[in-house]
Amino acid sequence: MRVALGLRAGFLSLALLAAMLLVWQIAVGGTAKTQPMDPEYAALMGATATTGRSAMPGPLDVGATIVKHLKNPFYDHGPNDKGLGIQLAYSVGRVALGYGLAVLVAIPVGFLIGMSPLASRVLDPFIQILKPVSPLAWMPLALYTIKDSTLSSIFVIFICSLWPMLINTVFGVASTRREWLNVARTLEVGPVRRAFTVILPAAAPTILTGMRISIGIAWLVIVAAEMLVGGTGIGYFVWNEWNNLSITNVITSILVIGLVGMVLDQLLARAQALVTFPE
Amino acid sequence: MTPAMSTLLPFSRRRATTPTMAESEKRIAIEGIARRYPAPGGRTTTIFENLWLPIRRGEFVCMVGHSGCGKTTVLNILAGLEAPSEGTVIVDGQEIAGPSLDRAVIFQGHALLPWRTVLGNVAYAVSSRWRKAGRAEVEARAMKAIATVGLAGSEHKRPAELSGGMKQRVGIARALSIDPKILLMDEPFSALDALTRGTLQDEVRRICMETGQTVFMITHDVDEAIYLADRIVLMTNGPHARVAEIVENPLPKTRDRTQLHHAPGYYALRNHLMDFLVTRSKSLAGEGLPPGYDPRNPPVVRPALSEGDAAAITATGPDVRRA
Repeated sequence: MRVALGLRAGFLSLALLAAMLLVWQIAVGGTAKTQPMDPEYAALMGATATTGRSAMPGPLDVGATIVKHLKNPFYDHGPNDKGLGIQLAYSVGRVALGYGLAVLVAIPVGFLIGMSPLASRVLDPFIQILKPVSPLAWMPLALYTIKDSTLSSIFVIFICSLWPMLINTVFGVASTRREWLNVARTLEVGPVRRAFTVILPAAAPTILTGMRISIGIAWLVIVAAEMLVGGTGIGYFVWNEWNNLSITNVITSILVIGLVGMVLDQLLARAQALVTFPE
Repeated sequence: MTPAMSTLLPFSRRRATTPTMAESEKRIAIEGIARRYPAPGGRTTTIFENLWLPIRRGEFVCMVGHSGCGKTTVLNILAGLEAPSEGTVIVDGQEIAGPSLDRAVIFQGHALLPWRTVLGNVAYAVSSRWRKAGRAEVEARAMKAIATVGLAGSEHKRPAELSGGMKQRVGIARALSIDPKILLMDEPFSALDALTRGTLQDEVRRICMETGQTVFMITHDVDEAIYLADRIVLMTNGPHARVAEIVENPLPKTRDRTQLHHAPGYYALRNHLMDFLVTRSKSLAGEGLPPGYDPRNPPVVRPALSEGDAAAITATGPDVRRA
């Protein structure tokens, strides 16, 4: 009997997951030999030395932590103990702000640059030099000028989201088919109406591609930025849990960061499908 | 072409008795336009030059010539999409300065906006023409144009769902929907299969006859030119292309595409055009034009039918005779 491809793929994915979890469980489950030692020294050495158990948590430990976080995602017990939901909300909020600002700047500016070959050439060297700069390199400059760590991280998100959107908007606008522009010209369509009825729909798929690349980069960068500026956010949470030596929480965060990133990407993919037109 | 061959043609090559068209008859007057591009070494390349052509109200003019003679550029200049390097184009007594809704263009590659439906594409043109029209009026006008080209029922499809012929129909509907005074067509049917092309030629001819359009059309297809045109403008090869001659179509105004090749004089006309494209477009290029060539009044060929053809036409009735 032929089973649908999706069903077979889903089954194999689950099987693969189960196999990996099993290997993981076995790898961390064993106990090493322990040597008798002075109790005071043993207290300094920690559980690994005294019991022989690995400090790396197994999938069951991580699972239990995830359940614990899911049960109460929004608690707030002071600066260093907030629920995972709250930390994620901080990060998503910062990304939304920085990314939103970048959209507001990159699309109109990209439009103008794309419509003017002169502006395109004038600004090209600046874009080419600024684009490859790691957004975190802007952090000291942002902290010095803005003097606020949260705003600085939003600025870093802004600057890293800007370039892919700007470049794609310029490219999309500049490569609007001449025949479509000629249609608008022969119909005596004014420049503003032409921008919204011909150029924007023609460039929309390319612009959305840029927006999708940008949201991916923004979500990568926010974790690093929050590790630097501290205080709140999923990036800070990861670093804080590393300082707490809670590998379970670190692994939980990795999973959650991946999930949120996937959701953001899928949202943009949906939007992209909406504006894509078949030729 | 050898002189001996020309005597075989059932054509008399004589100057038209009234070389100039009365001003009031003219819808379009192309006056001495040229297109030049800068070439390496500080020189200029002339694609065509000194092109004069008046077009009557309600007349169907086809321009025939090889690639590179600037046909599309002439059409773009008429459309106002390009400016000539020299000369002017006058429409209804006014020099044109850019595109106008009075001059609709049917593009070679149909140029439909792929993110709009058939209705959306036509409505876009309608709402550009009548900016203050309400949605219902725009849709009504668009639907009328869509029905004219026989696409009623497909108005909610997107261009990607249509065949090549249907796409070109939408292009025609879009051009007609704005009630233009002049239709400009750039090889509109060249990408279509022969069967679809024939049907669309019929429709274009019917629509143009009904609406009294003035049409300027570019084509590579000699049969298409014979079927559709009142006058056929022959261009020499570029660069330095010129109007070699203007052929007046002797076929009766009421034509049947399926019977066209039986019409008396059809083959003579077709052979004349083919000979032009095969040999004379090249031999007349550059300095090959006959002495006394006047670019303002290029030779007008009024086919005098061979005796056999004349007899055949007389047999079918004198009313169909034009020349």
